[in-house]
Amino acid sequence: MDLFEYQGKQYFARFDIPVSPGGAADTVDEAVKVADASGYPVVVKAQVQVGGRGKAGGIKLANNAEETRFHANNILGMDIKGHVVKRVWVEHASDIEEEYYASFTLDRAAKKHLLMLSAQGGVEIEEVAEKDPDAIIKLHIDPVDGLSAAAAHKAAVDAKIPAKALDGVAKILVQLYRCFTEGDCDLAEINPLILKPTGEVHALDAKVSLDDNADFRHPEWAEYRATEELDSREQLARTHGLQYIGLDGTVGIIANGAGLAMSTLDVVNQVGGTAANFLDIGGGANADVMAAALEVINFDDKVTSIFINIFGGITRGEEVAKGIVEALSRVTLKAPIVIRLDGTNAEEGRKILADAGIPESTLISKPTMLEAARAAVAISNGK
Amino acid sequence: MAIFVNQDTKVIVQGLTGGQGKYHGLRNQAYGTQVVGGVTPGKGGTDVEGVPVFNSVAEAVAATGANASFIAVPPKAASAAILEAAAAGIAFIVCITEGIPAQDEAKVFNTLIRDYPKTRLLGPNCPGIISPGKCNIGITAGEIAELPKAGKKNVGIVSRSGTLTYQALYELKQRGIGVSTCVGIGGDPVPGTNFIDCLREFQNDPETDAIIMIGEIGGSAEEEAAEFIKANVTKPMSAYIAGVTAPAGKKMGHAGAIVSGGKGTAQGKMDALRAAGVKVGLNPTEAGDLMAEIIKSIS
Repeated sequence: MDLFEYQGKQYFARFDIPVSPGGAADTVDEAVKVADASGYPVVVKAQVQVGGRGKAGGIKLANNAEETRFHANNILGMDIKGHVVKRVWVEHASDIEEEYYASFTLDRAAKKHLLMLSAQGGVEIEEVAEKDPDAIIKLHIDPVDGLSAAAAHKAAVDAKIPAKALDGVAKILVQLYRCFTEGDCDLAEINPLILKPTGEVHALDAKVSLDDNADFRHPEWAEYRATEELDSREQLARTHGLQYIGLDGTVGIIANGAGLAMSTLDVVNQVGGTAANFLDIGGGANADVMAAALEVINFDDKVTSIFINIFGGITRGEEVAKGIVEALSRVTLKAPIVIRLDGTNAEEGRKILADAGIPESTLISKPTMLEAARAAVAISNGK
Repeated sequence: MAIFVNQDTKVIVQGLTGGQGKYHGLRNQAYGTQVVGGVTPGKGGTDVEGVPVFNSVAEAVAATGANASFIAVPPKAASAAILEAAAAGIAFIVCITEGIPAQDEAKVFNTLIRDYPKTRLLGPNCPGIISPGKCNIGITAGEIAELPKAGKKNVGIVSRSGTLTYQALYELKQRGIGVSTCVGIGGDPVPGTNFIDCLREFQNDPETDAIIMIGEIGGSAEEEAAEFIKANVTKPMSAYIAGVTAPAGKKMGHAGAIVSGGKGTAQGKMDALRAAGVKVGLNPTEAGDLMAEIIKSIS
């Protein structure tokens, strides 16, 4: 789960990482109230999970209440690359002497934690990596050992952080590493990490991505879940506990297993169609799961055919078939189903479907993944 | 021969008294796997349909001589279960648990490397391993795996995805091609066993004549495997990579299946494998067809 900047800053604050005084606001009046409390000048920042906010006019400096009102009014409701701004973060504007970059991630290839640190911050790190790769230092950290204060200090020296900022940067690195590990982040990034003329170092931005698998030990994440940017289809799927990702196509997809679901998207695409979603119903596809899956697919107005792709391993063909028959008695579908049922007990499953008296306009069975994809795409494309 | 597990492998099930552990553990036993015991703290001395249950892995190993463990416990308990098995001297651990936090996984992986270098972990979040006719640990339905045939060419399978592992087994079964061992390495960011570990074993396994590899988007495991294949694998291979059409920035079900920052795309992986001489199919059936051609050409 990706956090908004303001949530990232609030999360940072839990780990004592210094951030600017400020607050989130959903309305112009609230924005002015936060600005008054933070002290002028303030920065009004659009809260969207997409890069390039500044260029799009989503970050503005305001010297007084009137300017805050003007900018907040413009930014709230603004469309930035398809993301509508519902909330702004207003904080006291910092005097910036220098800008750095710091992040922690997991390096999957090395299977170690990775610190990336650069004395060149405030720009896209990918840009720095391309133009001046030596300006970024990369330090692998053994997760068993963790990051010591001494190692953090050495990293800062290696990254050519100037002497006056060394202690401040090293301290924040240790705090950010704690946020990354104890806070169960996939990514904890500060860009820019700033040095103020007063000599203090602090986080001017926050990019945090949380590991969904660690949800069970972070009850405090519930408030982040509530603001997660999901479309209405994804919200419905979540209430049913389904692994669903909304896409833009017209063929609704239901498959068992993440790999097979991905593969189903690929095959639909190969035969000239477009998938409306990714949906993995997992193992043991009973009637309840199937009904929920069909309900979510049915909710999507763009869907003009439904491709159910099941490979029975532990999931048994006859159970899937019974599930579909029962689900059809509960849900009235707007689009026909093409099913490919293979693997364990597939024969019995196909027989159950054939004997259920479901009209061909509602359900067609095909023997292979490719044939089923072709049929589903043909229907979807109106052929 | 086969890789990692065979008819002599003795397995204990950590979590045998739980729903998944019981169901799959007993299925593995019914397949012919030597399931010699189970472990559930506090339930030592009882049994599950005749399989004795112990309080700890150490007790189970002492009593049964087990050398492999099948872990089917919830995410909260999985890290401790893996380390307990390693500390008890278990050489091969299969962990099917889905949903272990990445931080825990990274810690366990590095602890194993440092403190228990002789222990191999398969998974977590994997379907397990089957050497058809000899040993099945995990959730693979044994009946979809074709037995290896003496005097014929047999295939090894390694896959990051569960259902696509089954699909690969099924593609081979339909074509009557035998399987030496099928390994599901799992879709998490830090798998205990990776493609290269399996490819090295398959390359050295006299029963394996060709290899199918099933990858998916995210990370760089397939690219690293391609480098290894170029330098070390002489046996012919076919492959399939899932997720050509997956949108960037979205986790496709598996925690590790995500294209981020333009990295980890299916296209990049397919290109790398092709450059290493692997025949790459655009869907699992095509990978099966390509393998059938390979078998024909080497038979």
